[in-house]
Amino acid sequence: MSQIFPKSANAWARFSLFGLLLLIALGGWSILLLQRSDFVTAARAHVQQPIQFSHLHHVGGEGFDCRYCHTSVEESAFANVPSTKICMNCHSQIWLESPYLEPVRESFKTGQSLEWIRVHDLPDFVYFNHSIHVNKGVGCETCHGRVDQMPAMQQVASLQMEWCLDCHRNPEQYLRPRAQVTAMGYVPEGDQLEIGRRLKQEYKVLDAQTLTSCSTCHR
Amino acid sequence: MLVGLVMAGAACRQDMHDAPRFEPLEESDFFRDKRSARPLLEGTVARGHLRAEEAFYTGKVNNQPVVELPMPLTRDLLERGRERFNIYCSPCHGHTGEGQGMVVRRGFKQAASFHDPRLRGIAIGYFVDVMTNGFGQMPDYRTQVAPRDRWAIAAYIRALQLSRSATVDDVPGEERRKLETGGTPGASTSDEEGSTSHE
Ligand code: HEC
Ligand code: HEC
Ligand code: HEC
Ligand code: HEC
Ligand code: HEC
Ligand code: HEC
Repeated sequence: MSQIFPKSANAWARFSLFGLLLLIALGGWSILLLQRSDFVTAARAHVQQPIQFSHLHHVGGEGFDCRYCHTSVEESAFANVPSTKICMNCHSQIWLESPYLEPVRESFKTGQSLEWIRVHDLPDFVYFNHSIHVNKGVGCETCHGRVDQMPAMQQVASLQMEWCLDCHRNPEQYLRPRAQVTAMGYVPEGDQLEIGRRLKQEYKVLDAQTLTSCSTCHR
Repeated sequence: MLVGLVMAGAACRQDMHDAPRFEPLEESDFFRDKRSARPLLEGTVARGHLRAEEAFYTGKVNNQPVVELPMPLTRDLLERGRERFNIYCSPCHGHTGEGQGMVVRRGFKQAASFHDPRLRGIAIGYFVDVMTNGFGQMPDYRTQVAPRDRWAIAAYIRALQLSRSATVDDVPGEERRKLETGGTPGASTSDEEGSTSHE
């Protein structure tokens, strides 16, 4: 009786076993990659706002400080999105004719709130607080990127747990002097790690142990 | 199958992501104006928001602007004032207080110059009053600048005004030597005094 399998079948069998393992590994790896991809984390996604508000114009062009509009970023967990009244501080007199600003004028007249769409949104089981970060020398730019170059707001960080932890383990990689917190395009004067370590001491930043314990962010 | 797995994985993530509570400024479908943060009823005062000290909160007593700062004048207060001034006032009044900020250059009404003789002579409480209630075409800064910061800004405006009448004798020794030998004083100092740069 002739053999059903040729001799090479042994090799094929071994090869396909390895192949299967490889395929599984590849699959796992792509799932991990996909988990971190912009597609899943919604980073860089474009959000259609009711008004085409441009940070490029207001921050990059005119040089307004973040805190002019995001008034509570230093005192509270929430950074605050500006009220219609704040827009009208300036737009009561400039760009009066602009059709882009019609919703602002409408809102000011009727008292109805403007309905901005959230760009960044952590799950509700995570506790985040702006004031602690800003007061300990973490710049807006570190988490939100070059806002001054954004015609439309984008999320640049993944906002995943590993992103928070990367910094909480070694904040000295990112710390800057408090006075520079809202500055865009900040370049450290010297070695970042050295400055970071000094600031970490000066601002009495908590140790990595505390900062990475689950109850810091899940409370 | 891979795609299916990932989809399934992604789909079951959302249940705990939006807990049944309101985040700040989140939309409500319960109230007609959709605000989850409710405005105060008329005639009520939120805890901790009672404005009993008239001078501190309005800059005025019996309708007259206060002359004295209601807190000690310290370097920290002036530093705070400078920072707040640059955030909230410089868009219109400029960093040196001449009234030539970016917004004015874009067509806003000419903002007052703090070096105007009338404003140089005015009581310090007047600035606090203008920030609290606005003045003419100038919007009020009641919601953006906290009462204590209004005083810090007022003190800084006074410092800006005084810097205009400063003489060489007012410059501290170290910097004066640099001036006299023709060197440029440190960038931060000239910024602070506002006497050399015009933005
Ligand atoms: C003139 C007012 C103004 C200034 C100045 C300003 N912003 Fe904004 N910002 C807004 C408005 C209005 C929105 C909501 C619309 C949007 O998302 O584009 C916003 C949204 C944002 C968001 C996204 C919020 C979300 O929905 O997740 C971030 C992050 C942000 N700003 C950061 C900054 C930073 C950093 C600066 C300073 C470099 C700054 N902004 C300066 C008005 C301002
Ligand atoms: C401190 C002054 C200031 C504030 C506050 C401000 N803006 Fe502006 N805005 C400007 C200036 C100046 C320009 C012109 C920018 C340019 O041309 O570079 C402008 C331009 C714009 C434009 C473009 C108009 C057009 O026709 O192209 C829009 C839209 C706009 N602002 C929306 C807003 C909104 C919404 C807010 C409130 C969240 C706001 N602005 C708050 C000063 C301000
Ligand atoms: C440590 C990182 C980090 C820093 C530093 C930071 N942000 Fe944020 N920001 C976030 C995260 C995370 C969110 C989403 C919060 C949420 O969904 O609850 C956010 C949300 C926002 C929002 C939307 C409103 C809100 O509070 O949820 C604004 C506006 C904003 N940031 C502005 C700023 C400004 C202005 C600065 C600098 C003064 C700044 N942020 C610094 C991480 C940061
Ligand atoms: C670039 C650095 C950086 C990133 C990114 C960052 N943090 Fe932090 N975080 C810090 C520093 C620095 C502190 C200050 C620690 C202290 O209190 O001394 C801090 C403090 C905190 C605290 C308060 C801790 C306490 O008990 O006082 C919370 C909560 C927190 N972070 C949550 C988050 C979350 C959630 C994220 C991700 C969405 C995040 N952080 C991302 C640097 C960072
Ligand atoms: C620095 C802040 C921080 C710390 C510390 C932290 N987490 Fe998280 N965690 C987050 C953030 C942010 C998310 C949301 C991630 C996302 O949306 O993808 C999260 C999500 C999670 C999730 C849900 C994952 C999912 O896919 O829904 C679990 C489970 C979790 N964390 C467990 C832990 C445990 C256990 C610890 C302690 C060892 C811990 N976390 C410490 C910030 C933190
Ligand atoms: C949006 C532009 C704008 C901003 C921002 C602004 N001002 Fe003004 N300010 C004006 C204009 C315009 C006038 C002139 C008002 C008039 O004559 O109708 C003025 C006038 C004044 C006056 C003089 C009142 C008088 O008696 O002549 C004072 C004092 C003043 N501003 C203080 C401030 C302070 C303090 C800040 C920061 C908290 C500030 N302003 C921010 C536009 C602005």
